[in-house]
Amino acid sequence: MRLARTPSQTVGPYFAIGLPWPDGPCVVPAGTPGAAWIRGRVLDGVGDPVTDSLVETWQADPDGRFDHPDDPRGAVRGFRGLGRCLADDSGTYSILTLKPGRVPSPEGSLQAPHIDVSVFARGLLNRLVTRIYFPEEEAANAADPILSSISSAERRATLVARMAEDGYRFDIRLQGDRETVFFDL
Amino acid sequence: MRTEPTAAYARDEDPVDPPYLYPDYVATRLRSPAAPLVPLPQSLTELCGPLLGEGRVGELDHDLTRQHEDAPLGQRIIVHGRVLDGDGRPIPSTLVEIWQANAAGRYAHEVDRHPAPLDPNFSGAGRCVTDGEGRYRFITIQPGAYPWQNHFNAWRAAHIHFSLFGRAFTQRLVTQMYFPGDPLFFQDPIFNSVPDPRGRERLISAFDLDETIPEWALAFAWDIVLRGRGATPLEDEDADA
Repeated sequence: MRLARTPSQTVGPYFAIGLPWPDGPCVVPAGTPGAAWIRGRVLDGVGDPVTDSLVETWQADPDGRFDHPDDPRGAVRGFRGLGRCLADDSGTYSILTLKPGRVPSPEGSLQAPHIDVSVFARGLLNRLVTRIYFPEEEAANAADPILSSISSAERRATLVARMAEDGYRFDIRLQGDRETVFFDL
Repeated sequence: MRTEPTAAYARDEDPVDPPYLYPDYVATRLRSPAAPLVPLPQSLTELCGPLLGEGRVGELDHDLTRQHEDAPLGQRIIVHGRVLDGDGRPIPSTLVEIWQANAAGRYAHEVDRHPAPLDPNFSGAGRCVTDGEGRYRFITIQPGAYPWQNHFNAWRAAHIHFSLFGRAFTQRLVTQMYFPGDPLFFQDPIFNSVPDPRGRERLISAFDLDETIPEWALAFAWDIVLRGRGATPLEDEDADA
């Protein structure tokens, strides 16, 4: 039996009454050895901060594995993999996590380490999906099938985080100058 | 241990979701990407997803009428249904989160300046986990319609926001449930941004007499369908080979 899908609608401006969790930004508990903060701003088409946005991250554990029965390599228990952070008054989100390991591509080769990102906001009728790649993974990034599918070096660069004092910096530009690459799943 | 690749989730044949740029909804104009989306083949990162269950839900999270000392004002309603995938399979043990305005059409949120009363007995947020057959059930009050600044004399049709994870990153969905017969649909650009009229119908709950509780609550039923695998016949043959 095939059923038609339920369409998406915007989160609107008031999701903060329902969606934030106290531990949402912490994929791993504070103090976890090796954990890094990924921070960035969500900006609109004129560079204004999108203060009513929610950023969710989803990723493999440091070995590239998931706590999920559909992983044919077997589920590895205990790594939540999900981060969720409401942007602050400057449009900044912050996620504390461990860098993911490499995950196979559909063809079987290893992808560069990456984190999937969903952006929700007032004015977004559907989530936007992007990926965070890591700046120190130059060789893996150069061979990554997804990054390689984007011909423009300038566009590709929007998917690679920058190093920061306590982790990484990854800004998300919804529209216009240096617009982030967004994906169709 | 299985070693074969997990089947991908189906892409829509015709657009189901609204476009990012829908100028009638003014806030989309500066927040919609200008460049086309880049196709992302579904790897394990997309085929897996967070499996959040009972640990995220408190005892009274499903009953928005019992989260304070007294009962909130408004018409008590039961909102229930099933979470399914596009192949018709129920999705058990998946987290469902909702949020909504109070009976007067006001959110318990500092940004909401609509001069309608707040209700000290209503926070407007709920959570539950689907049972083994994909069923969810909330007790709440009928949310009011409310004005917004999108265009002159703009009113949102009454709605409840829903957030769902399903079992895979590809299935993540945030949407809104509406009520049957709402006279405000015609002028609500968020509702009308869904391109197919049948898709808009799928956002509208049905009055459900069987689930009403005499002398206590009305009831509305609403099933939610997330992406399915929906393999084409050719892919099915490959999978069986």
